[in-house]
Amino acid sequence: MISIQDVSKWYGEFQVLRDCTTRVDKGEVVVVCGPSGSGKSTLIKCVNGLEPFQKGEIRIENVSVGDRRTNLPRLRARVGMVFQHFELFPHLTVMQNLTIAQRRVLKRNVRGATDKGLALLEAVGLKAHAQKYPAQLSGGQQQRVAIARALAMDPIAMLFDEPTSALDPEMIKEVLDVMVRLAQDGMTMMVVTHEMGFARRVAHRVIFMDQGRIVEDRPKDDFFKDPGTERAQQFLSKILAH
Amino acid sequence: MSLGLPHTFLGLDWSIFAQPAFDRSGTYFQFLLVGLQWTLIISVLGWAVAFVIGSIAGIMRTLPGRILPSIAAVYVEVFRNVPLLVQLFLWYFVMPELIPGIGMWFKQGLNPLLQQMVAAVLCLGFFTGARVAEQVRSGLGSLPRAQRAAGLALGLNLMQVYLLILLPVAYRIIIPTLTSEFLNIIKNSAVASTIGLVELSRQSQQLGEFTAHWYESFIAVTVLYAAINVAVMLAARYLERAARLPGLVGGHK
Repeated sequence: MISIQDVSKWYGEFQVLRDCTTRVDKGEVVVVCGPSGSGKSTLIKCVNGLEPFQKGEIRIENVSVGDRRTNLPRLRARVGMVFQHFELFPHLTVMQNLTIAQRRVLKRNVRGATDKGLALLEAVGLKAHAQKYPAQLSGGQQQRVAIARALAMDPIAMLFDEPTSALDPEMIKEVLDVMVRLAQDGMTMMVVTHEMGFARRVAHRVIFMDQGRIVEDRPKDDFFKDPGTERAQQFLSKILAH
Repeated sequence: MSLGLPHTFLGLDWSIFAQPAFDRSGTYFQFLLVGLQWTLIISVLGWAVAFVIGSIAGIMRTLPGRILPSIAAVYVEVFRNVPLLVQLFLWYFVMPELIPGIGMWFKQGLNPLLQQMVAAVLCLGFFTGARVAEQVRSGLGSLPRAQRAAGLALGLNLMQVYLLILLPVAYRIIIPTLTSEFLNIIKNSAVASTIGLVELSRQSQQLGEFTAHWYESFIAVTVLYAAINVAVMLAARYLERAARLPGLVGGHK
């Protein structure tokens, strides 16, 4: 479904991605981890064209992301994205956050968009908050709304860019629970995260990145049992230590 | 006509406002009201120009690429670094000579008052627009960068992201500084007196010249300017409150 082929990216002289190649198949959950600055967030932002890349190719269901002729808005509408800092729109109510793109991009009518929004809010346990503004919710609640907002577009795949790293420990669980359920429902997911518990539970594969390179790309069990590289071993021992 | 004031107050003679003006158009009080009316007209129209041009230039400065941001940057630097008075003379005396077709129409098709008004509105609009542009830019710049990404990630195009997501929040943030600009444009509109437009400060000057009651004239005009600005401030405060977002800066949980 998502194929990433030899992708390299530079910020001026500095190379952030080096020949990254991997793929995410339909229904697959792939966790991307690695130390900060390893390029994992950049890689995931390249997938829906939020970051340009200079070399290589990324295809989503055979549509090339980097191609100038690709209608990026249409492509992005089919790929959900969840951000580290939620990025709900502060001037819109929770419900309006969920309906704005359904209406403007998918041209759904108010009724259809609202029904969809309510069903998703119910699924993430926030139906009662539909008329509140984002700043009136806790971080965990905001992130669940953000996930619902992305799901409202009926995406074929979901990208998560460190969805829990801005949250208090007790809110992390409520967000991860939603993500686990989503994974169990068969959603195709690419998740940048340090939550190894999440990776253990639902990931099919784990990608480990370091200095812009994909250094490990293996089935979950292999990765946790016996990371192939010393760098990954160090990383794992550090984040699993506490 | 009695204004309900004693003829002498603070040792000054306030009855001159009830006396007929030198041009027989009415009393001097009405004479000042004519000025007030022109001050309001050129300020409001100038503000409309400033708001539109300033918003466009401010948005352009935040767009990707090189060309559009550069054009906007040049506009801002030129118009906020040349003195307002010089700009007014350029609009009024020089521009009509430089652009043949429209210049001719400006000089021959418009009566003098309209000429003065058009020049004053464009001058105030472009000058203030440069300052509004900087505020719109900083308002947009104060938003988290990922807000734009979040809008794009949902499939909205860049125009929709600006109109539906970034600008509604950015304008809310800059209401206080935009209010200052609006207050400034009202005061700056006094430069139009230099090309003969009969706005408030010009009328008070004429009133002083014809009646020799300078103190009364300038006190009256001071009160009128202050009254307009107090009204604007109150309106802005109301707008700020109405646009406030629950839970956000300046808002309430």
